[in-house]
Amino acid sequence: MPKYTFRVNGRAVSADSWDPAQPLLYVLRNSLGLHAVKFGCGLGQCGACTVIIDGRAARSCSTPVSQVAGRSVTTLEGLGTPERPDKLQAAFITEQAAQCGYCTNGMIMSAKALLTRTPNPTPEQVKQGLGGNLCRCGTYTRILSAVLRAGKA
Amino acid sequence: MNRRDFLRTSSVVVVSFAFDGVMPETAAPQTTNPGKPIDPREVDSFLAIHADGAVTIYTSKVDVGTGLNIAMAQMVAEELGIPVDRISVVEGDTALTPDQGGTGGSTGITRGGVELRQAAATARQALLKLGVNADMTNVGAIAGGKRLDLKVDPKAPLKNPSSYTVVGKPVLRPEVRKKCTGTTVFVQDFSVAGMLHGRVIRPPSIGAKLISVDEASIRSIPDARIVRIQNFLGIVANDEWAAVRAAKSLKTTWSESQTLPGSDMLDRHVRASAVERDETLVNRGDPAAALAVTAKQLSATYWWPFQSHASLGPSCATVDFRPEGTTIWSASQGPHGLRANFARVFGIAEDKLRVIFLDGSGSYGSNGNDDAAADALLLSRAVGKPVRVQWMREDEHGWDPKGPPQLLEIRGGLDAENRIAAWDTQMWLPGNVQGSRPLLAADDAGIPQPHGRTAGQISQNGDPPYAAPNVRVVVHWLKDTPLRLSNLRAPGKIANVFAVESFTDELAAAAAIDPVEFRLRGLTDPRAVDVIKRATEMIGWEARPSPNSRPQQGNLRVGRGMAYVRYKQMENYVAMAMDVAVDRSTGKVNVRRITCAHDCGLVINPDGLRNQIEGCILQTLGRTLHEETTFDRSRVTSVDWKSYPILSFPEVPTVEVALIDRPMLPPMGAGEAATAPVAAALANAVFDATGMRLRRVPLKL
Ligand code: FES
Ligand code: FES
Repeated sequence: MPKYTFRVNGRAVSADSWDPAQPLLYVLRNSLGLHAVKFGCGLGQCGACTVIIDGRAARSCSTPVSQVAGRSVTTLEGLGTPERPDKLQAAFITEQAAQCGYCTNGMIMSAKALLTRTPNPTPEQVKQGLGGNLCRCGTYTRILSAVLRAGKA
Repeated sequence: MNRRDFLRTSSVVVVSFAFDGVMPETAAPQTTNPGKPIDPREVDSFLAIHADGAVTIYTSKVDVGTGLNIAMAQMVAEELGIPVDRISVVEGDTALTPDQGGTGGSTGITRGGVELRQAAATARQALLKLGVNADMTNVGAIAGGKRLDLKVDPKAPLKNPSSYTVVGKPVLRPEVRKKCTGTTVFVQDFSVAGMLHGRVIRPPSIGAKLISVDEASIRSIPDARIVRIQNFLGIVANDEWAAVRAAKSLKTTWSESQTLPGSDMLDRHVRASAVERDETLVNRGDPAAALAVTAKQLSATYWWPFQSHASLGPSCATVDFRPEGTTIWSASQGPHGLRANFARVFGIAEDKLRVIFLDGSGSYGSNGNDDAAADALLLSRAVGKPVRVQWMREDEHGWDPKGPPQLLEIRGGLDAENRIAAWDTQMWLPGNVQGSRPLLAADDAGIPQPHGRTAGQISQNGDPPYAAPNVRVVVHWLKDTPLRLSNLRAPGKIANVFAVESFTDELAAAAAIDPVEFRLRGLTDPRAVDVIKRATEMIGWEARPSPNSRPQQGNLRVGRGMAYVRYKQMENYVAMAMDVAVDRSTGKVNVRRITCAHDCGLVINPDGLRNQIEGCILQTLGRTLHEETTFDRSRVTSVDWKSYPILSFPEVPTVEVALIDRPMLPPMGAGEAATAPVAAALANAVFDATGMRLRRVPLKL
């Protein structure tokens, strides 16, 4: 089986895949045990599967594993831990910016990429920047507050 | 499970050893009967005190992102007198938790929490008798790991709310920390040893019959195995992507038929549908006679379409089917109901079936979770291994049971003083059929099962909450409806309040009276008056009749609207006001600001409550602006986020919530009530801005 080597959360990993078209999502979740990334639609429409690849937010459901070879992937697990959440995660916790939490991975990862480009976004920039991330529970206003909080901090 | 001898420590309370504090919550191998008490009459069914003084509470009410767990923990902490962070929650495990009913209808607090509180109050009295001190610091030493062997005492004294220190505080939900760091094990993330991944190939149209399967079409996909039981067709594979690919690639032929009316002009279809029976819900005075003599008369028809739960993550379940005991891991909101139904349908003894709740993607009633579990069960039974099934996006949007279509016609009349003299609501609603909702997998596999139908209490709130001497509400319960139904958040109430509160606004406009004033004239209940005044003050309500005589703001027309509900006519009081801007050239409705005043009696956790209210508002905003399940003659055609859009981030308005706490009143649930006024407040605001009355959802200008 072909092997793909890339970096995940700072560590070199290699993953086998019988299919070069296998989306990164399945490799992260099932081969590497990184479950923060979520399957929402598999169609690039909801953002639940967002990870950061070489500094940019990417949809792992529509990124073939073969395209990730040699690149650097960051998942939610790579930001912080429950004991030591990173600044953005801490802001989400302070704002209690989750209901079911299924969208949370994508929201945080998209916001992370946004804050890298735009460290102090306006509310409108956050709304547009996270425009591809859906939240069915309607936690948007809290997510907005959390991202703004992290931006200011 | 360790058991030790009885230890008699007082004449009143029998304490016996129960558990060592470590419950096999999700671990495999599973046992369907771990021996923990679950009888809801027993205190031990609800509470376990551990040697270190920590407490586990057990409840069948599950937290689907609502903050129910922390609210329950606060209620128990308060009553027991121990710190809330010493409490952990085991939820929705048929082998461990007492059956307090499924989670729905905003009963998590009113039944789930209140029963736990009574168990805690009973326990506290017993513990004090055992010599535990008032601040419970020695509770572990004296009662840890032991059973209290006590019946829940419905008269056990409750703490006076004026001395509350935990209830009423915005305690953080501990699970949010896990969710934000990717450490929550969702049902989608759960696995057991030897587990295979399954996908189900649903028929291309409702009721289609499987004619043939071309096994060779997936030969290139490693380890993918086909399971076929009549029209039930699934794939299992070691590798999830292999299961996905195989399910997509498998060539099949089906015989199809056209059984649906199509969603275009579904309202006409509904209006013409055969009626099973009429039910008169309210009959006060003589509306027909009064209408005939009223000074002004109006009538209007309102429409609400089928809608999907549209859970962000598709439904998922893992099932380990074994003759000696089957375990289902599911995010179902009704683990006990799921067990009872599955036992009947699949011929498994109830005591050989265990359902364990795990967090899932938010559901707002019954989404596809039960069906995914049935899929996994059939696959696991067929292959003799645990199987995890996660639906694909089109499965969820296409096949989840739907919120019902609702048609309402209202006639009303004003007297010479512009008061409501007569009101007549007629509703056309899908009628109930006794029995459980059919499971897709069982139907496909030819397994006989009940074909029950209900969407919950969908006929409530069809009458105006305002003084009116002559009122009639009649439901025409229809014999049939095209799609499977489900109790989707605030079942029926959102559409009914949309109609009633829009019509109230129409009456106010006909009377040329400010909408707030018009409502207040018909209200005496001070709690109702409070929420209306509060919500409208917060938005800076400009008192004048609608529509707005000066709506122009550049290309936009601006306006404000409001709506009020007393949920189920007996629970929460909610009022909501909105500022909108409508672009007349594009028809785009931009909601700028929403204010909401909310009174649900005693507030347990104000921050959790706000989170729920905000969610109610934003989710329903999306339902009102965008959502409609569409279908042709054969199948649902709104099967992804493009064809079934929900509220998106750029559309999100500012939301301000005022909580009106009533510490001396009982607590009410809050997962639904604030959904109810949203659609009407929005339609009323659009009317104010544009003079156009929108009576169909999704609202289109
Ligand atoms: S799962 Fe990737 S965008 Fe929805
Ligand atoms: S919190 Fe449930 S989808 Fe966002």
